[in-house]
Amino acid sequence: MTATYITLEYADLVLASLLLFLNAGLSIWLRLALERQFLIAAARMCVQLGLVSLVLKALFELVSPGLTALAVLVMILFAGREVMGRQERRFRGLWAYGLGTSSVLFAGTLVTLFALATQIQPDPWYHPRYAIPLLGMILGNTMTGIAVGLNTLTSQIKRERPAIETMLALGETRSTAFRPLVRTAVRNGLIPIVNAMSAAGVVSLPGMMTGQILSGVEPFEAIKYQILIMFLIAGGTGIGVVTAVHAGALRLSDNRHRLRLDRLADS
Amino acid sequence: MLHVRALTRPGLEPLDFDLADGEALAVLGPSGSGKTLLLRAIADLDPNEGQVSLDGASRESMPAPVWRRQVTYLPAEPGWWADRVDDHFPEPEVARALFAPLMLPATMMERPVAELSTGERHRIALARALVQSPKVLLLDEPTSGLDQGSTRAVEALLRARIGDGAALLFSTHDEELAERLGDRQLRVRKGRVELGAS
Repeated sequence: MTATYITLEYADLVLASLLLFLNAGLSIWLRLALERQFLIAAARMCVQLGLVSLVLKALFELVSPGLTALAVLVMILFAGREVMGRQERRFRGLWAYGLGTSSVLFAGTLVTLFALATQIQPDPWYHPRYAIPLLGMILGNTMTGIAVGLNTLTSQIKRERPAIETMLALGETRSTAFRPLVRTAVRNGLIPIVNAMSAAGVVSLPGMMTGQILSGVEPFEAIKYQILIMFLIAGGTGIGVVTAVHAGALRLSDNRHRLRLDRLADS
Repeated sequence: MLHVRALTRPGLEPLDFDLADGEALAVLGPSGSGKTLLLRAIADLDPNEGQVSLDGASRESMPAPVWRRQVTYLPAEPGWWADRVDDHFPEPEVARALFAPLMLPATMMERPVAELSTGERHRIALARALVQSPKVLLLDEPTSGLDQGSTRAVEALLRARIGDGAALLFSTHDEELAERLGDRQLRVRKGRVELGAS
Protein backbone atom coordinates (compact mmCIF):
# COMPACT_ATOMS: atom_id res chain seq x y z
CA MET A 1 0.00 0.00 0.00
CA THR A 2 1.37 3.43 -0.90
CA ALA A 3 1.11 6.17 1.64
CA THR A 4 -1.11 8.88 0.23
CA TYR A 5 -0.53 11.78 2.51
CA ILE A 6 -0.58 15.45 1.69
CA THR A 7 2.76 17.12 2.30
CA LEU A 8 2.63 20.43 4.14
CA GLU A 9 4.41 23.51 2.78
CA TYR A 10 5.96 26.14 5.06
CA ALA A 11 3.34 28.55 3.72
CA ASP A 12 0.62 26.28 5.14
CA LEU A 13 2.15 26.60 8.61
CA VAL A 14 2.45 30.35 8.28
CA LEU A 15 -1.22 30.50 7.35
CA ALA A 16 -2.18 28.34 10.35
CA SER A 17 -0.07 30.50 12.63
CA LEU A 18 -2.52 33.32 11.94
CA LEU A 19 -4.78 31.56 14.46
CA LEU A 20 -2.07 32.06 17.05
CA PHE A 21 -1.99 35.77 16.34
CA LEU A 22 -5.77 35.74 16.63
CA ASN A 23 -5.33 34.27 20.13
CA ALA A 24 -2.74 36.90 20.99
CA GLY A 25 -5.13 39.59 19.74
CA LEU A 26 -7.93 38.20 21.87
CA SER A 27 -5.61 38.15 24.85
CA ILE A 28 -4.78 41.82 24.39
CA TRP A 29 -8.43 42.72 23.81
CA LEU A 30 -9.65 40.79 26.90
CA ARG A 31 -6.57 41.81 28.93
CA LEU A 32 -5.66 38.20 29.69
CA ALA A 33 -1.96 39.12 29.70
CA LEU A 34 -1.30 35.82 27.95
CA GLU A 35 -0.12 37.13 24.57
CA ARG A 36 3.58 37.00 25.43
CA GLN A 37 3.29 33.50 26.86
CA PHE A 38 1.34 32.37 23.81
CA LEU A 39 3.99 33.53 21.40
CA ILE A 40 6.90 32.29 23.51
CA ALA A 41 5.27 28.86 23.96
CA ALA A 42 4.58 28.60 20.23
CA ALA A 43 8.15 29.58 19.38
CA ARG A 44 9.47 27.08 21.93
CA MET A 45 7.34 24.36 20.42
CA CYS A 46 8.65 25.07 16.93
CA VAL A 47 12.28 25.01 18.06
CA GLN A 48 11.85 21.91 20.25
CA LEU A 49 10.01 19.91 17.62
CA GLY A 50 12.48 21.06 14.95
CA LEU A 51 15.37 19.79 17.05
CA VAL A 52 13.55 16.54 17.80
CA SER A 53 12.98 15.97 14.09
CA LEU A 54 16.72 16.38 13.48
CA VAL A 55 17.56 14.02 16.34
CA LEU A 56 15.03 11.42 15.17
CA LYS A 57 16.26 11.68 11.58
CA ALA A 58 19.83 11.07 12.71
CA LEU A 59 18.80 8.21 15.00
CA PHE A 60 16.76 6.50 12.28
CA GLU A 61 19.65 6.71 9.84
CA LEU A 62 22.26 5.41 12.27
CA VAL A 63 20.14 2.70 14.00
CA SER A 64 22.76 2.58 16.76
CA PRO A 65 21.85 0.73 19.96
CA GLY A 66 24.02 3.04 22.07
CA LEU A 67 22.55 6.27 20.71
CA THR A 68 19.01 4.90 20.95
CA ALA A 69 19.64 3.94 24.58
CA LEU A 70 20.96 7.44 25.23
CA ALA A 71 17.81 9.00 23.76
CA VAL A 72 15.68 6.66 25.88
CA LEU A 73 17.62 7.66 28.99
CA VAL A 74 17.15 11.37 28.31
CA MET A 75 13.40 10.85 27.79
CA ILE A 76 13.10 8.98 31.09
CA LEU A 77 15.11 11.57 32.99
CA PHE A 78 12.85 14.33 31.69
CA ALA A 79 9.75 12.28 32.59
CA GLY A 80 11.14 11.86 36.13
CA ARG A 81 11.68 15.60 36.40
CA GLU A 82 8.10 16.18 35.32
CA VAL A 83 6.83 13.77 38.02
CA MET A 84 8.83 15.65 40.65
CA GLY A 85 7.59 19.00 39.38
CA ARG A 86 3.98 17.98 39.90
CA GLN A 87 4.39 17.15 43.61
CA GLU A 88 3.01 19.59 46.16
CA ARG A 89 5.04 17.93 48.91
CA ARG A 90 8.23 16.20 47.86
CA PHE A 91 10.32 13.56 49.54
CA ARG A 92 13.51 14.80 51.16
CA GLY A 93 16.84 14.32 49.45
CA LEU A 94 17.43 12.19 46.37
CA TRP A 95 14.10 10.43 46.86
CA ALA A 96 12.27 13.49 45.51
CA TYR A 97 13.65 12.76 42.06
CA GLY A 98 14.67 9.11 42.41
CA LEU A 99 11.37 7.55 43.40
CA GLY A 100 9.29 8.85 40.48
CA THR A 101 12.10 8.44 37.96
CA SER A 102 12.87 4.84 38.87
CA SER A 103 9.17 3.93 38.70
CA VAL A 104 8.89 5.57 35.25
CA LEU A 105 12.06 3.76 34.17
CA PHE A 106 10.86 0.38 35.40
CA ALA A 107 7.31 0.51 34.01
CA GLY A 108 8.16 2.34 30.77
CA THR A 109 11.03 0.12 29.67
CA LEU A 110 9.32 -3.09 30.76
CA VAL A 111 6.19 -2.44 28.68
CA THR A 112 8.13 -1.07 25.69
CA LEU A 113 10.40 -4.12 25.64
CA PHE A 114 7.34 -6.36 25.87
CA ALA A 115 5.78 -4.66 22.83
CA LEU A 116 9.03 -4.75 20.85
CA ALA A 117 9.66 -8.39 21.66
CA THR A 118 6.18 -9.68 20.89
CA GLN A 119 3.65 -7.55 18.97
CA ILE A 120 5.84 -5.28 16.84
CA GLN A 121 9.10 -7.22 16.36
CA PRO A 122 11.09 -4.72 14.29
CA ASP A 123 14.49 -5.67 12.89
CA PRO A 124 16.70 -4.99 14.75
CA TRP A 125 14.48 -5.10 17.81
CA TYR A 126 15.87 -1.78 19.12
CA HIS A 127 15.18 0.07 15.85
CA PRO A 128 14.60 3.67 17.05
CA ARG A 129 11.77 4.25 14.55
CA TYR A 130 9.68 1.87 16.65
CA ALA A 131 11.30 1.96 20.09
CA ILE A 132 11.27 5.73 20.56
CA PRO A 133 7.68 6.60 19.54
CA LEU A 134 6.38 3.61 21.52
CA LEU A 135 8.33 4.56 24.61
CA GLY A 136 7.27 8.18 24.20
CA MET A 137 3.57 7.35 24.20
CA ILE A 138 3.91 4.91 27.11
CA LEU A 139 6.09 7.31 29.13
CA GLY A 140 3.77 10.27 28.74
CA ASN A 141 0.82 8.44 30.29
CA THR A 142 2.80 6.45 32.84
CA MET A 143 4.42 9.66 34.01
CA THR A 144 1.04 11.35 34.51
CA GLY A 145 -0.34 8.37 36.43
CA ILE A 146 2.70 8.20 38.70
CA ALA A 147 2.63 11.94 39.32
CA VAL A 148 -1.05 11.83 40.30
CA GLY A 149 -0.63 8.71 42.47
CA LEU A 150 2.40 10.02 44.35
CA ASN A 151 0.83 13.43 44.77
CA THR A 152 -2.28 11.86 46.30
CA LEU A 153 -0.14 9.83 48.69
CA THR A 154 2.04 12.69 49.90
CA SER A 155 -0.60 15.42 49.96
CA GLN A 156 -3.21 13.37 51.85
CA ILE A 157 -0.93 11.65 54.33
CA LYS A 158 -0.95 14.64 56.65
CA ARG A 159 -4.75 14.54 56.81
CA GLU A 160 -4.71 10.75 57.31
CA ARG A 161 -2.00 10.90 59.93
CA PRO A 162 -4.23 10.42 63.03
CA ALA A 163 -5.93 7.38 61.46
CA ILE A 164 -2.64 5.79 60.36
CA GLU A 165 -0.91 6.43 63.68
CA THR A 166 -3.85 5.11 65.69
CA MET A 167 -3.81 1.89 63.69
CA LEU A 168 -0.05 1.56 64.15
CA ALA A 169 -0.39 2.23 67.90
CA LEU A 170 -3.00 -0.53 68.14
CA GLY A 171 -0.46 -2.94 66.66
CA GLU A 172 -1.43 -3.00 63.01
CA THR A 173 1.36 -3.42 60.47
CA ARG A 174 2.34 -0.56 58.24
CA SER A 175 0.83 -2.23 55.21
CA THR A 176 -2.58 -2.47 56.95
CA ALA A 177 -2.36 1.08 58.29
CA PHE A 178 -1.43 2.54 54.89
CA ARG A 179 -3.88 0.43 52.90
CA PRO A 180 -6.81 2.90 52.62
CA LEU A 181 -4.52 5.74 51.54
CA VAL A 182 -2.52 3.55 49.16
CA ARG A 183 -5.75 2.39 47.58
CA THR A 184 -6.96 5.97 47.04
CA ALA A 185 -3.61 7.00 45.57
CA VAL A 186 -3.46 4.08 43.12
CA ARG A 187 -7.07 4.67 42.08
CA ASN A 188 -6.44 8.35 41.40
CA GLY A 189 -3.41 7.44 39.31
CA LEU A 190 -5.33 4.91 37.22
CA ILE A 191 -8.61 6.74 36.61
CA PRO A 192 -7.27 8.94 33.74
CA ILE A 193 -6.39 5.90 31.61
CA VAL A 194 -9.78 4.29 32.31
CA ASN A 195 -11.42 7.53 31.18
CA ALA A 196 -9.19 7.75 28.11
CA MET A 197 -10.17 4.23 27.03
CA SER A 198 -13.89 4.86 27.65
CA ALA A 199 -13.83 8.10 25.68
CA ALA A 200 -11.70 6.80 22.80
CA GLY A 201 -13.60 6.95 19.52
CA VAL A 202 -16.66 8.60 21.02
CA VAL A 203 -15.50 11.78 22.66
CA SER A 204 -11.93 11.81 21.40
CA LEU A 205 -10.12 10.45 18.36
CA PRO A 206 -6.77 9.41 19.80
CA GLY A 207 -3.84 11.29 18.28
CA MET A 208 -1.86 8.32 17.09
CA MET A 209 -4.60 6.71 15.05
CA THR A 210 -5.65 10.10 13.67
CA GLY A 211 -2.07 10.65 12.58
CA GLN A 212 -1.93 7.29 10.84
CA ILE A 213 -5.24 7.95 9.06
CA LEU A 214 -3.97 11.37 7.89
CA SER A 215 -0.90 9.68 6.48
CA GLY A 216 -3.02 7.28 4.43
CA VAL A 217 -3.35 4.18 6.61
CA GLU A 218 -6.66 2.32 6.43
CA PRO A 219 -8.84 3.22 9.46
CA PHE A 220 -9.14 -0.42 10.49
CA GLU A 221 -5.35 -0.84 10.51
CA ALA A 222 -4.98 2.43 12.40
CA ILE A 223 -7.38 1.45 15.16
CA LYS A 224 -5.61 -1.89 15.63
CA TYR A 225 -2.46 0.07 16.37
CA GLN A 226 -4.36 2.43 18.61
CA ILE A 227 -5.85 -0.42 20.63
CA LEU A 228 -2.43 -1.97 21.04
CA ILE A 229 -1.06 1.37 22.24
CA MET A 230 -3.93 1.83 24.70
CA PHE A 231 -3.28 -1.60 26.19
CA LEU A 232 0.41 -0.85 26.48
CA ILE A 233 -0.31 2.52 28.08
CA ALA A 234 -2.76 0.94 30.53
CA GLY A 235 -0.18 -1.71 31.45
CA GLY A 236 2.60 0.81 31.86
CA THR A 237 0.45 3.12 33.96
CA GLY A 238 -0.75 0.28 36.17
CA ILE A 239 2.73 -1.10 36.81
CA GLY A 240 4.18 2.38 37.27
CA VAL A 241 1.51 3.69 39.66
CA VAL A 242 1.48 0.56 41.83
CA THR A 243 5.28 0.54 42.01
CA ALA A 244 5.59 4.24 42.79
CA VAL A 245 2.79 4.41 45.39
CA HIS A 246 3.98 1.29 47.23
CA ALA A 247 7.58 2.48 47.20
CA GLY A 248 6.36 5.85 48.47
CA ALA A 249 4.39 4.21 51.28
CA LEU A 250 7.45 2.16 52.26
CA ARG A 251 9.55 5.31 52.28
CA LEU A 252 6.99 7.06 54.53
CA SER A 253 7.28 4.26 57.08
CA ASP A 254 10.18 2.25 58.47
CA ASN A 255 10.88 -1.34 59.47
CA ARG A 256 9.67 -0.59 63.05
CA HIS A 257 6.30 0.25 61.46
CA ARG A 258 6.44 3.95 62.25
CA LEU A 259 4.95 6.76 60.20
CA ARG A 260 7.91 8.84 58.97
CA LEU A 261 6.55 12.22 57.91
CA ASP A 262 10.03 13.61 58.61
CA ARG A 263 11.02 12.10 55.26
CA LEU A 264 8.77 14.57 53.44
CA ALA A 265 9.97 18.10 52.81
CA ASP A 266 7.87 20.95 54.18
CA SER A 267 5.52 22.19 51.52
CA MET B 1 7.22 -5.33 84.51
CA LEU B 2 8.09 -2.57 82.03
CA HIS B 3 11.77 -1.74 82.18
CA VAL B 4 12.95 1.60 80.73
CA ARG B 5 16.65 2.50 80.57
CA ALA B 6 18.32 5.55 78.99
CA LEU B 7 15.26 6.25 76.88
CA THR B 8 15.83 9.36 74.81
CA ARG B 9 14.71 11.11 71.65
CA PRO B 10 14.85 14.68 70.35
CA GLY B 11 12.96 16.73 72.94
CA LEU B 12 13.39 14.20 75.72
CA GLU B 13 16.40 13.77 78.00
CA PRO B 14 17.56 10.24 78.89
CA LEU B 15 15.29 8.63 81.43
CA ASP B 16 15.22 5.45 83.56
CA PHE B 17 12.23 3.97 85.33
CA ASP B 18 10.40 0.73 86.00
CA LEU B 19 6.69 0.14 85.95
CA ALA B 20 5.47 -2.94 87.81
CA ASP B 21 2.43 -5.02 86.87
CA GLY B 22 -0.66 -3.48 88.45
CA GLU B 23 1.06 -0.16 88.94
CA ALA B 24 -0.19 3.23 87.70
CA LEU B 25 2.17 6.07 86.97
CA ALA B 26 0.90 9.59 86.29
CA VAL B 27 2.88 11.84 83.93
CA LEU B 28 2.42 15.50 84.81
CA GLY B 29 3.81 18.65 83.26
CA PRO B 30 2.87 21.75 81.30
CA SER B 31 1.69 21.52 77.70
CA GLY B 32 4.59 20.99 75.30
CA SER B 33 6.89 19.67 78.04
CA GLY B 34 7.34 16.27 76.40
CA LYS B 35 4.65 14.05 77.98
CA THR B 36 3.37 12.86 74.61
CA LEU B 37 6.93 12.40 73.29
CA LEU B 38 7.66 10.12 76.24
CA LEU B 39 4.58 7.94 75.73
CA ARG B 40 5.18 7.70 71.98
CA ALA B 41 8.83 6.77 72.50
CA ILE B 42 7.89 3.86 74.77
CA ALA B 43 5.43 2.62 72.13
CA ASP B 44 8.28 2.98 69.57
CA LEU B 45 6.14 5.22 67.37
CA ASP B 46 8.97 7.69 66.68
CA PRO B 47 12.70 7.13 66.21
CA ASN B 48 14.24 6.92 69.69
CA GLU B 49 17.13 5.38 71.60
CA GLY B 50 17.41 3.37 74.76
CA GLN B 51 16.44 -0.02 76.16
CA VAL B 52 12.80 -0.80 76.79
CA SER B 53 11.66 -4.28 77.70
CA LEU B 54 8.54 -6.00 78.96
CA ASP B 55 8.88 -9.01 81.27
CA GLY B 56 12.49 -9.37 80.16
CA ALA B 57 11.80 -9.28 76.42
CA SER B 58 13.26 -6.23 74.69
CA ARG B 59 11.17 -4.54 72.06
CA GLU B 60 13.87 -5.14 69.45
CA SER B 61 13.38 -8.87 69.95
CA MET B 62 9.92 -8.73 68.39
CA PRO B 63 8.23 -6.99 65.43
CA ALA B 64 6.94 -3.54 66.37
CA PRO B 65 3.24 -4.50 65.91
CA VAL B 66 3.66 -7.34 68.45
CA TRP B 67 5.25 -4.89 70.90
CA ARG B 68 2.44 -2.38 70.44
CA ARG B 69 -0.28 -4.95 71.02
CA GLN B 70 1.21 -5.44 74.50
CA VAL B 71 2.32 -1.86 75.10
CA THR B 72 -0.49 0.17 73.61
CA TYR B 73 -0.49 3.92 73.19
CA LEU B 74 -3.74 5.85 72.94
CA PRO B 75 -3.30 9.36 71.51
CA ALA B 76 -5.10 12.34 73.00
CA GLU B 77 -6.83 12.82 69.65
CA PRO B 78 -7.44 9.34 68.29
CA GLY B 79 -7.89 8.77 64.57
CA TRP B 80 -10.70 7.05 62.65
CA TRP B 81 -10.41 5.24 59.35
CA ALA B 82 -13.96 4.09 58.60
CA ASP B 83 -17.41 5.68 58.71
CA ARG B 84 -19.10 3.54 61.34
CA VAL B 85 -17.98 2.79 64.88
CA ASP B 86 -18.12 -1.00 64.50
CA ASP B 87 -15.80 -0.90 61.46
CA HIS B 88 -13.03 0.07 63.87
CA PHE B 89 -13.30 -3.15 65.87
CA PRO B 90 -12.09 -6.53 64.60
CA GLU B 91 -14.81 -8.16 66.75
CA PRO B 92 -17.55 -5.62 67.54
CA GLU B 93 -19.49 -8.11 69.69
CA VAL B 94 -16.55 -8.55 72.05
CA ALA B 95 -16.00 -4.81 72.23
CA ARG B 96 -19.65 -4.13 73.04
CA ALA B 97 -19.06 -5.55 76.52
CA LEU B 98 -16.83 -2.55 77.23
CA PHE B 99 -19.46 -0.01 76.24
CA ALA B 100 -21.66 -0.28 79.36
CA PRO B 101 -18.84 0.33 81.87
CA LEU B 102 -17.85 3.37 79.79
CA MET B 103 -21.45 4.66 79.90
CA LEU B 104 -21.83 4.27 76.14
CA PRO B 105 -25.15 2.91 74.79
CA ALA B 106 -24.71 -0.43 73.01
CA THR B 107 -26.46 1.00 69.93
CA MET B 108 -23.59 3.41 69.44
CA MET B 109 -21.72 0.57 67.71
CA GLU B 110 -23.80 1.13 64.56
CA ARG B 111 -23.53 4.94 64.52
CA PRO B 112 -21.33 6.97 62.16
CA VAL B 113 -18.25 8.27 63.95
CA ALA B 114 -18.82 11.77 62.58
CA GLU B 115 -22.07 12.12 64.56
CA LEU B 116 -20.47 11.42 67.95
CA SER B 117 -19.27 13.97 70.49
CA THR B 118 -15.60 14.35 71.41
CA GLY B 119 -16.20 12.65 74.75
CA GLU B 120 -17.99 9.71 73.15
CA ARG B 121 -15.23 9.26 70.59
CA HIS B 122 -12.66 9.41 73.33
CA ARG B 123 -14.30 6.58 75.29
CA ILE B 124 -14.80 4.46 72.16
CA ALA B 125 -11.12 4.87 71.37
CA LEU B 126 -10.32 3.70 74.90
CA ALA B 127 -12.52 0.63 74.39
CA ARG B 128 -10.67 -0.03 71.12
CA ALA B 129 -7.35 -0.08 72.99
CA LEU B 130 -8.64 -2.10 75.97
CA VAL B 131 -10.30 -4.81 73.87
CA GLN B 132 -6.86 -6.20 72.99
CA SER B 133 -6.02 -6.44 76.74
CA PRO B 134 -2.54 -4.88 76.53
CA LYS B 135 -0.18 -5.49 79.44
CA VAL B 136 0.89 -1.84 79.50
CA LEU B 137 -1.44 1.06 78.69
CA LEU B 138 0.06 4.37 77.59
CA LEU B 139 -2.82 6.83 77.74
CA ASP B 140 -2.44 10.42 76.60
CA GLU B 141 -4.92 12.62 78.50
CA PRO B 142 -7.45 9.80 79.02
CA THR B 143 -10.09 12.04 80.61
CA SER B 144 -9.70 15.30 78.68
CA GLY B 145 -13.02 16.44 77.25
CA LEU B 146 -15.02 14.13 79.54
CA ASP B 147 -17.67 15.23 82.01
CA GLN B 148 -17.40 14.19 85.64
CA GLY B 149 -19.59 11.10 85.27
CA SER B 150 -17.64 9.78 82.27
CA THR B 151 -14.34 10.57 83.98
CA ARG B 152 -15.41 8.42 86.94
CA ALA B 153 -16.47 5.61 84.60
CA VAL B 154 -13.13 5.67 82.76
CA GLU B 155 -11.32 5.77 86.08
CA ALA B 156 -13.25 2.77 87.41
CA LEU B 157 -12.57 0.74 84.28
CA LEU B 158 -8.86 1.57 84.38
CA ARG B 159 -8.73 0.66 88.08
CA ALA B 160 -10.28 -2.72 87.23
CA ARG B 161 -7.62 -3.33 84.57
CA ILE B 162 -4.88 -2.37 87.01
CA GLY B 163 -6.43 -4.79 89.50
CA ASP B 164 -6.11 -7.50 86.84
CA GLY B 165 -2.38 -6.79 86.60
CA ALA B 166 -2.15 -4.26 83.77
CA ALA B 167 0.36 -1.44 84.14
CA LEU B 168 -0.75 2.10 83.37
CA LEU B 169 1.20 5.16 82.33
CA PHE B 170 -1.03 8.16 81.74
CA SER B 171 -0.43 11.82 81.08
CA THR B 172 -2.79 14.39 82.54
CA HIS B 173 -3.18 18.01 83.54
CA ASP B 174 -5.54 16.96 86.32
CA GLU B 175 -3.53 16.87 89.56
CA GLU B 176 -6.44 15.31 91.43
CA LEU B 177 -6.77 12.49 88.91
CA ALA B 178 -3.01 11.94 89.17
CA GLU B 179 -3.39 11.66 92.96
CA ARG B 180 -6.42 9.39 92.81
CA LEU B 181 -5.30 6.99 90.08
CA GLY B 182 -1.50 7.21 90.11
CA ASP B 183 0.63 5.24 92.55
CA ARG B 184 3.57 7.45 91.62
CA GLN B 185 4.16 10.53 89.48
CA LEU B 186 6.59 11.56 86.76
CA ARG B 187 7.03 15.29 86.32
CA VAL B 188 8.16 16.45 82.90
CA ARG B 189 9.61 19.92 82.39
CA LYS B 190 11.17 20.95 79.08
CA GLY B 191 12.00 17.35 78.20
CA ARG B 192 13.52 16.60 81.64
CA VAL B 193 11.73 13.93 83.62
CA GLU B 194 11.79 13.67 87.41
CA LEU B 195 10.44 10.72 89.28
CA GLY B 196 8.26 12.00 92.12
CA ALA B 197 7.24 10.33 95.37
CA SER B 198 3.98 8.44 95.59
